[in-house]
Formats: sequence, structure tokens, C-alpha cells
Amino acid sequence: MPANQFNGYKEYGIGIGLRVPHYSHILSKKPVVDWFEIISENFMVEGGRPLHLLDRILEQYRVVQHGVSMYFGSADKPDRAHLRRLKALVKRTKTPWLSDHLCWGSVDGTYTHDLLPMPYTFAAARRTAEKIRQIRDYLEVPLCVENVSSYAEFHASEMTEWEFLTEVVELADCGILLDVNNIYVSSKNHGFNPYDYVNNVPHHRVGQMHVAGHTKFEKYILDTHDHPVLDPVWKLYAHATRLCGITATLLEWDDKIPSFDEVHGEALKANEFIDGAKRAAV
Amino acid sequence: MKQPPKHAPSRVASTADLRAFQRMMASAIIRPLTEEDKLQPRWIDGRPMDEVAAEFIKPNDRLTSFERLQLYNRMYWFRLFDAIRDDCPGLIAALGERAFGRLAQAYLARYPSRSFTLRDLCSRLERFILERPRLTAPRTALAAEIARFEWAQTVAFDGPSRPVIAASRIARTPPSRLRLGLQPYVTLLALRYPIDTWIIAVKRRDALRSEASNTPDAAAAVHRAFRRVPLPRPRRTHVAVHRHNDRLFYKRLDPAAFRILEALGKGSTLSRAIAAAGPRVKAAQVKAWFKSWMALGWFCAYGNKQRPDAS
Repeated sequence: MPANQFNGYKEYGIGIGLRVPHYSHILSKKPVVDWFEIISENFMVEGGRPLHLLDRILEQYRVVQHGVSMYFGSADKPDRAHLRRLKALVKRTKTPWLSDHLCWGSVDGTYTHDLLPMPYTFAAARRTAEKIRQIRDYLEVPLCVENVSSYAEFHASEMTEWEFLTEVVELADCGILLDVNNIYVSSKNHGFNPYDYVNNVPHHRVGQMHVAGHTKFEKYILDTHDHPVLDPVWKLYAHATRLCGITATLLEWDDKIPSFDEVHGEALKANEFIDGAKRAAV
Repeated sequence: MKQPPKHAPSRVASTADLRAFQRMMASAIIRPLTEEDKLQPRWIDGRPMDEVAAEFIKPNDRLTSFERLQLYNRMYWFRLFDAIRDDCPGLIAALGERAFGRLAQAYLARYPSRSFTLRDLCSRLERFILERPRLTAPRTALAAEIARFEWAQTVAFDGPSRPVIAASRIARTPPSRLRLGLQPYVTLLALRYPIDTWIIAVKRRDALRSEASNTPDAAAAVHRAFRRVPLPRPRRTHVAVHRHNDRLFYKRLDPAAFRILEALGKGSTLSRAIAAAGPRVKAAQVKAWFKSWMALGWFCAYGNKQRPDAS
């Protein structure tokens, strides 16, 4: 599964998120990085510095788009103006695949700017898959949907989260961006075994993985992206890599962002687990 | 957002159920927090909120349904407060932290985000300040101007640009027929206060405060050590907020120059716009202004879409 139809048949290695505090280092030092993930919404503007900087990055690096506002799971229809802006950016970046979250966050055009969990029902899965298909057909680029971290479960749910994810991606025939940190966070918040989750998703659909740090509180864990990756998450990542194959992997570090070298160094730790997976496969 | 249902659907078996479920949860999440930053204890119909939350959210062995919903309610407000604070250093400096906090909460409750991006969060803030003057009294006029100025900065930062009109096209079109568009990222402001210089002073103070200490424990002491920037005294000011080479600038304008640009922006021909400057303005002065504006690339073809609606 390293390169498959869901990631444009690309073997991209280990990337990091493109973040403002690192712009000047990246542009002046030109460090070697396999690829950068950009937050699409940061560049869905019509002019000015963001696009100028993006073009400079695109001259030298491979970039993959990751979105936070498509809200595949919202009952609302896809916003055509939003899709037009997104497609313009897809053409600009030539992203080989595009990802966003299996969640909702807006209703009747009001936005919460959050990645809210779905009620895991068959009707919600059908609606979500239909939207994913519509959006992919319009954007003409492979899509991967990412599992979110969550802090609430609903009485209305009819299945587990991994069963819901599987139902959606099978119906939509799309890829998975498997966020192993989100699986770990949700497993602690909801009391399930994270290995059950990883074992039971369709591995051949995994086009990308995310790792990140989180913060433990007394009664729950928050997905804060402001720490190095914790050991249990790396172990889960190693397990996922053994099952899915060596997959394009990205470290998310979005708050209290340290130096570029520290973030990149943390991301490259994934190599240890990739090597382990290679040895296990021999 | 439309009214939420009286009760969360017990099953989500259709898109209509999904919409009802999402209206219910979103309505709960965007309700203002209490003074203690908690989920409100009562729902909009007066029922206890823990009863309402328990209708659709499962508790676990550590958190009640209410507490789980409260996590999302807090994250919503903290996220939006962070975003609006980032965009409004001037309003915070003018009103103070507490009054700004009250304004921000009332604004976001009245005008929740209707955009996919937090970049647009403050697009209706000036309008809201004028609608609810008690929240900023006795500084409502100043606050409204600061909000307008700070929104103009957002527009200048990443607003659209149009191809710059060629000097040759200007030269070959008679002034009585020539209409020029202003770049959409340029905002012309006729202000009662010199907000531009005052904002610069606020930003310098904030940068210095940030440089002085990044130790969280010392933040309060550092805050006290840096005096409030004195509020600006009224002084008629004309300014263009714009960008050049991707950097943000404020350009003071002579009132006559402002009138010319304003008239052009409204669709006047070049000759009418220049006439708007008044009879005392000399031709050489107008020529010098145009030379500067052309060098900055402010003019584009005049068209219907030249001033996109920010809201």
C-alpha cells in the first residue's frame, strides 16, 4: 500500500506541516524535506503574501493539501464557491491527493470551526459517502478521509468508529488518512482498544498517516499537537505500518511550535518504525 | 442557523435526522459560556442542560454528558476568542481586556461565523459596534473606526488583486471617458481619529511587551510594566490601507487626493474625479499623486467585481 490509487501512486516518505514560524528558515536554508503538508484553507485566498510564499515553496518542494473545513459529514450540501476556490488551489499546488476529515462542523451555513464527531449510523455513512464522491468528482483528485479525535459519543450511533470509517470509505471508494494519534486519543477518551481500530480498517485504502503529540488531563486526553509524539502513539504507528505498508507519513505540530530542526527531527523518528516494519516483513 | 429541534433525534436514520442532530449540537456549542467559562446550566427552553445533553451524548466513567458537551462549547469559544484577539490588538488596547471580551462574546453570539475561514471573523465587527453602542460607550465612534481599520488590514494582507492597468491605456483614453478601478486590497478610510499612527504605537508596545518576557509567570508583571498607549485625540485623517510587495502599509492622503480616489472608486471618469478634488488643487500636485499611485500599482480596469463584498 505504499503507493496506491488513493495517494496518486506516490511514495512520499516523511513530511511535516508547513507552518508560519518556519517560513524564513525553509526559504533561506532550503532544508531537505520529503514533502510539506499545507492547510488548504490558509491558501484559499485571492492574493497577497500567502500565495506568494506558497509559490516559492512549490518551486522547491512537493506539497500535499490537507483541509479542515470540507465537513464531509455535514448534512448541508457542498458549497460550490468553496469547491471552486479549492479546485483553483489544487491546480496551483498539483497535489497528488487531498485529505480532509471524517467529521462535520457547519450547519445551515454557520461554522463552528471544529472537527465534530459523527453519529455512527448507516444513514450518516451513506450521506457522507455521497458527498465525498461528489467532491472528488468535482476536484478530480484522489481523496483521503481522516479519522478525528473526539471527546463525545452519541446514543444514536449504530456501530464503532472504525466500522463507520470503513462503511464510508467503501461506499465512497476513497482513501484513508489514518491518524494514529487521533485513534489513541479517542481510545483513551472512549475506552476502546486502539489496536482493534487499526486492525479492522481496510488497510489497502490507507494513503497517508498522521502522527502528533497530545496532552493528558485527569479525565480525558486532548489532541493538542503541541508536544513530541508519545511512545504509545509511535508503537501504534509501527503496528499500523506493519499492516498497511510503508505509507506517506506526516507529523502535525501546530501549537508551541519549536524550531524547524526539532520538528523535522521528531518527524524523522518515524524512520525507526518504518525500518522495523521492513525487518519484520523480511 | 435555523432553530434546533425541541429534542435531539434518538435515531439518525435520514439526512433530515442528521441535520436535526447537527442543529441541536451546534446550537449547544455556540451558546455563550457562563461567567465561569462553563456550559450554560439551562437550555433555550428552560430545561436543565444536563438533561438535554444526556438526550444525545453518552456519559462515560469519568465525564457526564454535560461535561463532554462542555468540552466542545469551551473549545469553540476559546478558539474564536483567540482568533478575534489576534485580529484586534487595537480594539483591545482601546477598550481594555474586559470590555473587549464582552464585546467579542456579544458579537460572536449575534454574528456567528458564516465563513469557512476564521480570517473573515471580524468582517461584521464595525457594523455590530454601531448596532450595539452601549458595549463600547463612551468610545463607540473610536471603536468603530478601529474595527474598520483592522478589517482593512486583513483585506490588504490577502485580498484579491487585479492586473495593473497599463499607463499606455490611460494615456490613450480621453479623461472624460476613462474610468479606473482601485485594487480591491486598497481600502480608503476617512477617519475622525489618526488610527494609523496609533495602531503603529500599539503594535510597537505589544512587540516590546512580548520581547521583554516570554515567561508565563511573569506575564502579569510585564503587562503592568508597559503602560497603556494613550488614546488618540480626534483629528481628521485620510488614509489608504494597502499592500506593496506583499507588505502591509498605511498611506496618508491629502483630503483632495482622497476625494479623487474615492470618486474613481465609485465609477467617476478621470476628469470628474479630478474635479472632485476642488479648484484649489494644482495640476502639478494631481500629477504627482497619480505618479505615486501608479507606481504602487493601485489602478486596475474598472469593472463590476472590483469591490468584492467582504461580508
